[in-house]
Amino acid sequence: MFRYALKRVLAAIPTLLILIALAFFMIRAAPGGPFDTEKTLHPEIEAKIRAAYHLDEPLYQQFGRYLWGLAQGDFGPSFQYIDRSVTELIREGFPVSLQLGACAMLVALLVGVAAGGWAALRQNRFSDHAVMAVSMTGISIPNFVVGPLLILVFAVHLDLLPAGGWPTEGFFQRLPNMVMPVIALALPQIAYIARLTRGSMIEVLRSNFIRMARAQGLSQPAILLRHALKPGLLPVLSYLGPATAAVITGSVVIEQIFGVPGLGRHFVQGALNRDYTLVMGVVVFYGVLIILFNFLVDICYGLLDPRARQQN
Amino acid sequence: MPLLSVRDLRVDFSTPDGVVEAVRGIDFNLDAACTLGIVGESGSGKSQTVLSLMGLLADNGRSSGSARFEGRELIGMPDGELRGIRGNRIAMIFQDPMTSLNPYLRIGVQMAQVLELHEGLGRREALRRCGELLEAVRIPDAGKRLDSWPHELSGGMRQRVTIATALLCKPSLLIADEPTTALDVTVQAQILALMRELRRDFQAAIIFITHDLGIVAGFCDDVLVMQDGECRERGSVESVYARPAHPYTRRLLSAVPRLDQDVRSRAQGRAALRPALEVDGLDVVYSLKRPGMFAPAPRLKAVSSGAFMIAPGETLGVVGESGCGKSSLARAVIGLVPASAGRITLLGRDLGEAGKSAWKDARRNMQMVFQDPLASLNPRMTARQIVAEPLGACRPDLSRGEREERVVRILNRVGLAGGQLDRYPHEFSGGQCQRIGIARALAPGPAVVICDEAVSALDVSIRAQIVDLLMELQDELGLALVFIAHDLAVVRQISHRVVVMYLGRAMEIAHSEHLYGRPMHPYTRALIEAAPIPDPEVERARKREPLQGEPPSPLNPPAGCAFSARCSFAIDRCRREMPELRAVSRSMVACHRAEEIAPSGA
Repeated sequence: MFRYALKRVLAAIPTLLILIALAFFMIRAAPGGPFDTEKTLHPEIEAKIRAAYHLDEPLYQQFGRYLWGLAQGDFGPSFQYIDRSVTELIREGFPVSLQLGACAMLVALLVGVAAGGWAALRQNRFSDHAVMAVSMTGISIPNFVVGPLLILVFAVHLDLLPAGGWPTEGFFQRLPNMVMPVIALALPQIAYIARLTRGSMIEVLRSNFIRMARAQGLSQPAILLRHALKPGLLPVLSYLGPATAAVITGSVVIEQIFGVPGLGRHFVQGALNRDYTLVMGVVVFYGVLIILFNFLVDICYGLLDPRARQQN
Repeated sequence: MPLLSVRDLRVDFSTPDGVVEAVRGIDFNLDAACTLGIVGESGSGKSQTVLSLMGLLADNGRSSGSARFEGRELIGMPDGELRGIRGNRIAMIFQDPMTSLNPYLRIGVQMAQVLELHEGLGRREALRRCGELLEAVRIPDAGKRLDSWPHELSGGMRQRVTIATALLCKPSLLIADEPTTALDVTVQAQILALMRELRRDFQAAIIFITHDLGIVAGFCDDVLVMQDGECRERGSVESVYARPAHPYTRRLLSAVPRLDQDVRSRAQGRAALRPALEVDGLDVVYSLKRPGMFAPAPRLKAVSSGAFMIAPGETLGVVGESGCGKSSLARAVIGLVPASAGRITLLGRDLGEAGKSAWKDARRNMQMVFQDPLASLNPRMTARQIVAEPLGACRPDLSRGEREERVVRILNRVGLAGGQLDRYPHEFSGGQCQRIGIARALAPGPAVVICDEAVSALDVSIRAQIVDLLMELQDELGLALVFIAHDLAVVRQISHRVVVMYLGRAMEIAHSEHLYGRPMHPYTRALIEAAPIPDPEVERARKREPLQGEPPSPLNPPAGCAFSARCSFAIDRCRREMPELRAVSRSMVACHRAEEIAPSGA
């Protein structure tokens, strides 16, 4: 197990290096720079600023400098937020996005698997079609529509929940503020997970070992829980890895609508502002999370599927 | 009173295209501790008959009629009550042991759940009983096997596990749906022997569903022949086999080639000036996944020094059990997998030396017919397009008109005509699909055709038609056929000469009549003895000593003779020293003791 983990970590290094290099050179290749403003700066001042951020060095030297910083855990200073380091920005934004994202994924998993499993059992009956139609809607309505709609109904008309904001006091004080962003984040995930679960459960329920279990006299709930659930959830599991990484790093749209100071906005704002280090920071952070979650998925696969365990 | 009494049993399926009547009024009685064989071809409704008894029909299925079992009516019984009978009073085993066990649960857990459910035992006591049953079905190390995962067992072992599971609650009726169809012939013989013993010890009645008339002859008391959901004939095995009353039964019985009778022996191949295909010293080695980053990749030798020669108009049969390398041999010969050593000479041209252009030419002269008739045809192409495709690649010399004319001619020859030519594969039956496969192979005008289990997936009567077609085409076109199959009787029917393979090596090569009349290698003999014969008298008189064990792993082959671990004649020398193929009597045999142990006579 330890050897397997070590192998995976070693294998992740080249992947990350490629990711870093691609992101680094692509953002630099984009026209404009971090200090281009509407007013042109005095050339001498601009030169001084560029020198201060080492932007006057040749590109390969900057790249080497950046890698060296990264190796020491330093993402560098932000070019846009004065006196703030990228590490600080991520440290502030990520916990917010993580709380929202983790809650959303948890809700999505519970509701999605239940809905999908239920639809699979009633394949081609009305309730199956209903669940699938609802989840199709969930996939197709964009969250910038769902968000304002939620606010209109629950904050404006019913006055049940705050329309937005992010109280800093504590998790439980924040709960009312979290409900709507979590729902908005979870909806498309619920839909995907329900569809995935339904598809794979239908396949599993058709397999010979399920027929065998029925021939042994097992009841439907026993067959579902003991025989069908595990294999039926494997495809959901592989979806969960990348999906969780994406959701817990925040969504710029949801954060804008509900006024949440998360990480998501940095992905967009950083790129628009040519805030080189910030873009690099969030990209690398996201890459590491993706690799980490895929690794966790593989570990879970091994726990669930004895055949996969043997291969590793 | 019979144990099970079925009257006017009907099964309907409502489909979007209307109601399909799968079973149309079946009657039979089954007495306690008796065995009934239900025989029929695919789609005859034999499986649906028993699934309806168990209440296991698909959601759109509906059964009617009456089935009284131990005094209770099964048809229409509420599911909750029926669940108490399933797995308890009536147990079932299915065809495919590889998929009938849940791959995510340990053997012991899967078995124990039956006892926990029906007898309310605790896990520990249940596991103890499961261990006993695994011993009863002769699983080595039974206690340890409870902790195994299904994928760690071979197919034969898994079928033993499902049999043990079925017997846990001592059912009075055991339903076996093609339980040996997916197994090799020697493993099938082991399982049948085991079931005979268990039938005696457990005193259970058995319904045995199969397409194999040979198994019914040796295993069942009564037989019920089904076709199109109806019972064609019912009676004791002796009377039905001796005096089949219904024309369908007669047709079935005559369609099955028999190993114990002299079929029309095929004339020996013409002595041609040069062989159509010559293979010498052919090795096929597969590299497997490395176990570690620096460990060498394990090598699996699928074929070792394969060698044969085949003349125009001759059929060479290749038989062996799964994993013996017969398909790898075929694929290497036709270039689908690379051969790691050896020489292939097609029509006098060495394919290894001449390089790529030779292979291109070779494809025109050497074609293949595959096992799965439907899967080997592109579902998005019509019959006409499928047959035309190799012509485009192999015969650029033909004009478009010539090609089209040729495609139609060949398709007509294999028995497809008119509007059928523009249909898609799924609109054809299995037999018709295989006709298209044969037409595709013949289109470029090959000299050699390799049939890799080309009739294995077909029903008996269709199989006979396809074999006849192949023989006719061979005689017309002077084809050299390599006919790979695991069914000894079919191979005998079509082949002039036969190679018996085991663990990648040829064990015996001989003319068909010698090989079957006087098998020299102990493995050949075991294969012939294991094959059931559709004649109750012959089958019941046979002595049964099924070959024990299963073939060793090709990753770790034995040092000496590949067969030594299972051979009852093996001596020390066999375990040390690999026997070479050598001429003994009129056969080529790879056995040190061939002369001593050869059967007398012939």
